[in-house]
Amino acid sequence: MSTHTLSVLVENKPGVLARVAGLFSRRGFNIESLAVGPTEHADVSRMTIVVAVDELPLEQVTKQLNKLVNVIKIVELDPAVSVQRELLLVKVRADATVRTQVLETVQLFRAKVVDVSPEALTVEATGTEDKLEALLRMLEPYGVREMVQSGRVAIGRGPRSITATGVR
Amino acid sequence: MTSATQRPTPVAATPGPRPAAPRPKPAPPTGTPVRVTGAQSLVRSLEAVGVEVVFGIPGGTILPAYDPLLDSTKVRHILVRHEQGAGHAATGYAQATGKVGVCMATSGPGATNLVTPLADANMDSVPVVAITGQQSRALIGTDAFQEADICGITLPVTKHNFLIKDPAEIPRAIAEAFHIASTGRPGPVLVDIPKDVLQETTSFSWPPEMRLPGYKPTTRPHGKQVREAAKLIANAKRPLFYVGGGVLKAEASPELRELAELTGIPVVTTLMAKGAFPDSHHQHLGMPGMHGSVAAVAAMQRADLLIALGARFDDRVTGQLSTFAPDAQIVHADIDPAEISKNRRADVPIVGDCKEIIAELIAAVRAELADGKQADLTKWWQQLDEWQTKFPLGYDEPSDGSLSPQYVIERIGQIAGPDAVYTAGVGQHQMWAAQFIKYENPATWLNSGGLGTMGYAVPAAMGAKFGQPDKVVWAIDGDGCFQMTNQELATCAIEGAPIKVAVINNGNLGMVRQWQNLFYSERYSQTDLGTHKHRIPDFTLLAEALGCAGLRCESKEDVDKVIQRAMEINDRPVVIDFVVGKDAQVWPMVAAGTGNDEIMAARGIRPLFDED
Repeated sequence: MSTHTLSVLVENKPGVLARVAGLFSRRGFNIESLAVGPTEHADVSRMTIVVAVDELPLEQVTKQLNKLVNVIKIVELDPAVSVQRELLLVKVRADATVRTQVLETVQLFRAKVVDVSPEALTVEATGTEDKLEALLRMLEPYGVREMVQSGRVAIGRGPRSITATGVR
Repeated sequence: MTSATQRPTPVAATPGPRPAAPRPKPAPPTGTPVRVTGAQSLVRSLEAVGVEVVFGIPGGTILPAYDPLLDSTKVRHILVRHEQGAGHAATGYAQATGKVGVCMATSGPGATNLVTPLADANMDSVPVVAITGQQSRALIGTDAFQEADICGITLPVTKHNFLIKDPAEIPRAIAEAFHIASTGRPGPVLVDIPKDVLQETTSFSWPPEMRLPGYKPTTRPHGKQVREAAKLIANAKRPLFYVGGGVLKAEASPELRELAELTGIPVVTTLMAKGAFPDSHHQHLGMPGMHGSVAAVAAMQRADLLIALGARFDDRVTGQLSTFAPDAQIVHADIDPAEISKNRRADVPIVGDCKEIIAELIAAVRAELADGKQADLTKWWQQLDEWQTKFPLGYDEPSDGSLSPQYVIERIGQIAGPDAVYTAGVGQHQMWAAQFIKYENPATWLNSGGLGTMGYAVPAAMGAKFGQPDKVVWAIDGDGCFQMTNQELATCAIEGAPIKVAVINNGNLGMVRQWQNLFYSERYSQTDLGTHKHRIPDFTLLAEALGCAGLRCESKEDVDKVIQRAMEINDRPVVIDFVVGKDAQVWPMVAAGTGNDEIMAARGIRPLFDED
């Protein structure tokens, strides 16, 4: 199985997320990550869905998604020609004895500290799944107290826009 | 044969629109907004989209809609006895007429009772619109009395659904619902309307502007794909048309016949497509699938080209997928792109409306033939003829002297003829009705193919009768199915739908019993309904109680007489209790989970397995 990133433009209406999520579960497709947000068009939302499926089931996923009346457009984003990012917030144990080391790691990953307390730091990082995994591996020895990670968002490289046509 | 006592019929027996009453308010000119309640807006919208019949039951939250319905001269409401009956009636109406069937129910249990018929219509791609009342907006989400999240509940079993939160949206939602239900691959659409939305004052104008940016069904096929298919069709040595219900939905029977006769290629029609191609046609091999004819199943297994038209490679047709039609290339034409290559990879996919696809195929095949390209099908037909002669559809008379169910069904088909409309429940009687009634015309065979809904026959027949009042409508039902939905006979009697119901009463859940006989060592667990042993219920008395004529037939000699008698009664519905033997079985059979090559023409006889 391989991982695919789908950008799904949907009508910004109540219940659309339930329709999409329900479709995945009842057809037996597994969502690895899901992110929903607004677009430059007020009546259009954009979902970025990461699925792990083979080529043929992927065709079924997109065809079934396309059958949902509220789904306007689906584009698969190839990682080679798109920018794909996730956001990580992690609270790591960092008292005075290790704080410098933790900060060094944070800098190496071009992450930043967004909250400080005597015993812990909260670090914000964006990047690909691999980069965030690597950062977490480096922070784990100090003690990860809590973490939260967003679904992936992605956009194609170059001047072309997937929302420019077909959304109205 | 028990003769029925005459009793006065409550209302005129001929269904049809209600006699014209003076209309309270003249319709405003198109496009001019007028002030109305949400409920009035709903009824006017239904009138504007051309609704003639609504099947439903009122209740708390849908009450406001029933008030203006009383004044409508265009929309006739049929008060059913159970919402499931309303849903199946809408489906039967739609299947018999090609129009959108409409059903209406209140919130909570009224709406949840529609779930089965909606799921049924979804599986069989039937255009149905369901309108449900919902608790007032402020109460939604509070577990209020008779509140159910019917949009959430029906999400997986409808083509689409709407919850209307603003009365101004009613005309648009209704227009969109009917558009979605009836175009592309048809299906059920539910419109849920809170009570206070129905009560609020709003403005109504027609036509509304539809806003469906994500809904653009493809109807025109791709020319290159059509030419590609034509090439394969002209060159194949063992081709076969695999015709599904999509051909009926597209009303493409004339085109199909022309294409079949142009090419001389054999045709099989699935359970959902009976009537799309005349059963009497010499190129028709019958129905494929689990209980299909040996010739139809064998033709699929040995074909080098399957031309699937509006069919979806359902598991009941393919049997074990890995051994299905092993030598065949696949041309798959369907209006739903998601069906193509879902179960079996298509070599030539064609997305579009079957009527347009077949019309274009005719032209493209003609061009191929004009170039002198036509494969010789003589050897193929020799093989097919051999299967047909050696393994015709048939049945043995029961050895215990009981009445043969197949004989009864066959005689109904012969006496009522190909102009009648037939509906069926689900089980043995359904398969026999598919096998032994000869269908010559589209929209004459209505059944629950995909979901397999027991109890479909009576309400669907009722719906069909309201849609086609001049046609004779027969419900072929089983004693198990009949006991699930027979309450709609009261509706038929009172509202004037003189349908004819043949209860093929073998005293058992026959198909389950057949499986227990074949696969569970004849251990008959919970399949004896007692309708033989105790005659509970007595179907003739039950029929009489429901305002129908009740007849009974227990011997072969009486079969024709009783059917004739039923054909003569047209002032009320007729129920015939055909007391038949319990051991009759449906053959041929491809056992579940096995490959089509293992088709058994009868117990222990495997024509394809033995041939090699």
